[in-house]
Amino acid sequence: MEQPLYDNGVAAGLLAGVLFGYFLEAAGFGSPRKLTAQFRLQDWAVFKVMFTAVIVAATGLWLLDVFGVFGPDKVYVPTSFFWAIAVGGLLIGAGFAIGGYCPGTSVAGLASGRLDALVFMVGMVVGVWVFAWAYEPLKGLYFAAQGPKGQTLPELFGLPTWAILLALVVLAVAGFRVGSALERRFGGPIGPAGDAAPDTVDKHT
Amino acid sequence: MQDRPRAYWPPLLAGLGLGLALLLTFVITGHGLGSSGFFTRAAAAAGGWLMPEATAGNPYLGRYIDAGAPLLAWITWEVAGLFVGALMGSFAARRFRPSVERGPRTSAGLRLALALGGGVLTGFGARLARGCTSGLGLSGGATLAVAAFIFLIAFFIGGFLFSMLTRRVWE
Repeated sequence: MEQPLYDNGVAAGLLAGVLFGYFLEAAGFGSPRKLTAQFRLQDWAVFKVMFTAVIVAATGLWLLDVFGVFGPDKVYVPTSFFWAIAVGGLLIGAGFAIGGYCPGTSVAGLASGRLDALVFMVGMVVGVWVFAWAYEPLKGLYFAAQGPKGQTLPELFGLPTWAILLALVVLAVAGFRVGSALERRFGGPIGPAGDAAPDTVDKHT
Repeated sequence: MQDRPRAYWPPLLAGLGLGLALLLTFVITGHGLGSSGFFTRAAAAAGGWLMPEATAGNPYLGRYIDAGAPLLAWITWEVAGLFVGALMGSFAARRFRPSVERGPRTSAGLRLALALGGGVLTGFGARLARGCTSGLGLSGGATLAVAAFIFLIAFFIGGFLFSMLTRRVWE
């Protein structure tokens, strides 16, 4: 059987989505106060969960290649457009600090009962309209500094994939240690709302 | 209080689950998880109803209208699943709370205005970057794409800078 299966049907979408949403909510990513606490250095769950997930999935894809199931050329790899991605990433970081979510976590927020998540979604639709309206004048920025198609870190640095994975693990371990130390100093991490005072930070934890 | 919420999973465990779900998605579909693509399609569909001529004639959104039924796509089913999966989790762990989540010194009106403004920046930024934290950062990161790490570094810089201005909203 050919791998990957390239099955983009309804059932595949629902299955992938249900697992995605379940783990996002379990991580606490339906709560904007917890999400934004990453940038107040009080709660490092965003860094820890994302870094762990990237390393687990990247290691899995590498093992599938090593064991000859399918190679990295068989999956979709985004191409770099340096300026558009750098400015877009800054704006999404700003939108996250101001609005409390990113696109995926806003869906987890609404599924946790957060009405602010629904308003954030309306804002995103408006943001897409603004982009579409300004698309012609933005084209220069949108296509500037295009990188090689689907370029990866092993290709960029000329290193084997395992060496990049090892470097990411070292960065993750360092980030976990620094993050946990800062969480202790700033009274984090933040737990779920719903105890005696739902909208206040639990100072005694 | 009898319905006290259950604690969140430790980040390492949640990250392991998320990483395995992402790996499974690559094996089944050949690509990773996403979400901003759904809101692009929602914007095309809503634009198609509210301002049909402007949307169909728009160089960016017009192609979604030309292809017919902008919401009929894999990403729509995936985001529907995301909502259902998160709903199952929040109910099972008694973490579902109808609320406008904010810090104790912030009014609901201010919080909702900021949610709207943050959403606008995010919707615009995700179209410019060609993806968001899930599609570009997480899924691109799993393929070790250079684009993903440019995005993640920019995302964290933007978050830290603007968090200095908005921390009172949450504290």
